[in-house]
Amino acid sequence: MEHYISLILKAIFVENMALAFFLGMCTFIAISKKIEAATGLGIAVVVVLTVTVPVNNLLYNTILREGALDWAGLPNVDLSFLGLLTYIGVIAAIVQIMEMVLDKYIPALYAALGVFLPLITVNCAILGASLFMVERDYTFSESVVYGFGAGVGWALAIIALAGIREKLKYSDVPEGLRGLGITFITVGLMSLGFMSFSGISL
Amino acid sequence: MAGASAKQVLFEPIFSNNPIALQILGICSALAVTTSMSVSIVMCLAVIAVTAFSNLAVSLVRTQIPGSIRIIVQMTIIASLVIVVDQILKAYAYEISKQLSVFVGLIITNCIVMGRAEGFAMTNPPFLSFLDGIGNGLGYSAILLFVAFFRELLGAGSLFGFTLLTPVNEGGWYVTNGLLLLPPSAFFIIGLAIWGLRTWKKEQVEEADYTLSAHKVKEAF
Repeated sequence: MEHYISLILKAIFVENMALAFFLGMCTFIAISKKIEAATGLGIAVVVVLTVTVPVNNLLYNTILREGALDWAGLPNVDLSFLGLLTYIGVIAAIVQIMEMVLDKYIPALYAALGVFLPLITVNCAILGASLFMVERDYTFSESVVYGFGAGVGWALAIIALAGIREKLKYSDVPEGLRGLGITFITVGLMSLGFMSFSGISL
Repeated sequence: MAGASAKQVLFEPIFSNNPIALQILGICSALAVTTSMSVSIVMCLAVIAVTAFSNLAVSLVRTQIPGSIRIIVQMTIIASLVIVVDQILKAYAYEISKQLSVFVGLIITNCIVMGRAEGFAMTNPPFLSFLDGIGNGLGYSAILLFVAFFRELLGAGSLFGFTLLTPVNEGGWYVTNGLLLLPPSAFFIIGLAIWGLRTWKKEQVEEADYTLSAHKVKEAF
């Protein structure tokens, strides 16, 4: 249990997807002007990550990994080079399915998250989490915890940034820095703040 | 951009319409690799190759792709190209591919590649699309190398691994700035680079949401 708590804390704070690895930056900066929009996108990312990372983990461990096709009588096959194509396919498919399911059964949630779901397919944080999962060799249960933690970390970062930007628009920023420039510097300062978590381990 | 000349298509994205500084595209997978010049150059070459060839391929099949599944088709083309690049790197530059770790794979979700395929290659002939891919790849590289230059020179006192400013702990005089090797510095450098670029090219400055009203002195009596 302790192991999982440590893993989730690490995924949220120490190895924050947005602020330590720069993943999902395009949407991170483009959708962080308003807190409501940022919250919607953040929740969508948590949900998608919690589903896609474990699914990709299962696929990797039962089909792609070297020697994983043992159960089908093909012990020498190594399909790991197909990884990238598989993960992105899985992500695109799951996002699409989720969109349809939400639309049919939970229209209220669909109305809130609908516009963000297509954006998520090309969000590097989603693919990045799957790739980190493979690189670090997580087991299935670890991948569930990691996917959730990584999502929460990313959501936390984008909501915090949106909060700062909502206040920042009243300030008098030098001409050339307006908009994108000052946002980058804000993110840099946030990232410095998050580095203070780097000593945490349980 | 119908009728745009080849030269325009190639050079416009470098300064006037830089994908990173103006369109906020493709910052995602890039910044973590800018701690040293040699790693960044490999990353740039990989991105240029992928953008150029994916634009070419998408443009070649653009009349055959049904509109509703075009994203999946583009994605598959890009992912296949990235796999090729990844395998080549693993075969010929193993050390660097280890340092790049997951970031080569993340070229797939680099918004520049996807954005150019969708925004340019779907409506333009193959040759122009190919040039557009190279141009945007170069625009991306310009920012990446700029950031890497400062981070490596000031952070470690070297360029391409050759020591230029001998650091104190090797008996030299230069006190290395450790902050520049950490993630946040990349944001600061890009922010300042954008400031510089926009001071030079005024038309890129964004409108302020609110402006300060002029200061009025009210007499107290």
